[in-house]
Amino acid sequence: MKKIDFSISHWMECSGPENDIVISSRVRIARNLAGQVFSCLASSEQTEAVLKKICSVTEKENELADFNFYAMKELTAIEKQALVEKHLVSPLLARDSRNGALLLSSDEAVSLMINEEDHLRLQVILPGFQLEEAWEKADYYDSLLEKKIDFAFDEQYGYLTACPTNIGTGLRGSVMLHLPALIMTGQLNRLLGALSQVGLAVRGLYGEGSEIIGNLVQISNQVTLGQGEGEIIGNLGGMIGQVIEQEQNARQALLDKKRAQMADRAWRALGLLRYAQVMSSKEAMQLISDLRIGHDLGLVKSVDHRLLNLLLVLIRPGCLQMLAGRELDNDERNLERPAQIKKILES
Amino acid sequence: MLCQECRRNEATIHIVKNINGRQIELNLCEGCARKKEELDFTFEPQFSLHKLFASMLNQGLFDGSEVKSVSNLQCPGCGLTFTQFSQVGRLGCSDCFKAFEDKLKPLLRRIHAGTVHNGKVPSRIAKRVNAIREIDRLKELLQQKIQDEEFEEAALIRDRIRSIEAAIKENSRLAEAGQDDSEQGENQ
Repeated sequence: MKKIDFSISHWMECSGPENDIVISSRVRIARNLAGQVFSCLASSEQTEAVLKKICSVTEKENELADFNFYAMKELTAIEKQALVEKHLVSPLLARDSRNGALLLSSDEAVSLMINEEDHLRLQVILPGFQLEEAWEKADYYDSLLEKKIDFAFDEQYGYLTACPTNIGTGLRGSVMLHLPALIMTGQLNRLLGALSQVGLAVRGLYGEGSEIIGNLVQISNQVTLGQGEGEIIGNLGGMIGQVIEQEQNARQALLDKKRAQMADRAWRALGLLRYAQVMSSKEAMQLISDLRIGHDLGLVKSVDHRLLNLLLVLIRPGCLQMLAGRELDNDERNLERPAQIKKILES
Repeated sequence: MLCQECRRNEATIHIVKNINGRQIELNLCEGCARKKEELDFTFEPQFSLHKLFASMLNQGLFDGSEVKSVSNLQCPGCGLTFTQFSQVGRLGCSDCFKAFEDKLKPLLRRIHAGTVHNGKVPSRIAKRVNAIREIDRLKELLQQKIQDEEFEEAALIRDRIRSIEAAIKENSRLAEAGQDDSEQGENQ
């Protein structure tokens, strides 16, 4: 088993379109094997059969030659947590899947999750605003697998999934945005209301129910049945475009009216990130956000944008413990975090 | 016992952690435990969606009198009962959709843009499904043409529909015949 490089991922390091506001674009499709009981009711033998069936296809597929295989049960808790923090596997797969496994492309853009809530979850994550590109890539790999695997499909309901909220296309597009100006100017709630009316869901950094930390918001489609994939991705992309525009307007207004305060906030954040000795991940996320918008507005020029993306993930508990090379409890992590941040900022 | 974190609510969750051989025990209330989990281990609390979904099933879709008959519903494929489904919000197998169709449809209508798949189709059945979609499209067009009294064009569309329908029938006859052949082959 190849060791996972826990420091960087393609989507964290590369820059993408609109990446001052859009952190990443993600698409996942849910598929199940025809004639097999879904994961939640399956016995260990049945989940093993699913794993074997999928692997028998992926092992022979030339296009997947550069993918690395990881059995979930062979990873440590910290490794699994770091994979979740990097958005390369779902929390469910890391937490309690039987015979769960991950096939990860060498650039970490494509994840095939086996024995998740559905037998197969195919995910593509790209930096910046590249929703269409992410869908095209996911579609490509789905079509590749479909030649060799019979997926559960019904002519009326489309691709059948364990949860009826995913039925049809099985497609969930999700874009992570940094929206500090909309949040600071109190416009976010109004926007969220509007988005939910057009069938989009808005969540915090780590999915449903998670609170908004570091001004990071995920917007994704709810509807998976009745619309084609192009329409779903097009609608989501269109709305994201409008959110980006609103955030840009709000940023401009802040720059016009509160320039000094914004600069002060960003420089203070940089000071704390450089010199603080004890720091929780929540505080770090907020400071990184303050610094990031200062950088985006041109008020702080001495920081590399790429590093800010890196920081967002690397200060999370799992990645932090990977960086430190040992297990750390909460207090130890709060000590380790500023040390690692300092290192990254100086790199 | 009171929650160690907020010291206000009753502690209902007991957590034991083993870090570098050091055992740490925590007694927390649900709210603090959730907060702690979010910070310590950022697992996506997926259940909220399922719970919401299950509550939608239980609320508006059938009144008390119907509950009894519904609870008897069971999927012949995997044995999941509708009552179990409405508790966990997840289906057990492909057959569940047909088994619970009457109950699922109103729900699908509520959460989705329709109840008919309109997206990608596996290549093995793409020809057939695309033909059926084309017929649906042509039928709508046919109605329009009849309303607009453009009867010559309507007749052409009608013929087109008939020829596609005939082709689908022929294809499925051939497919069935092919299956019979292979079955006979296996028997011999």
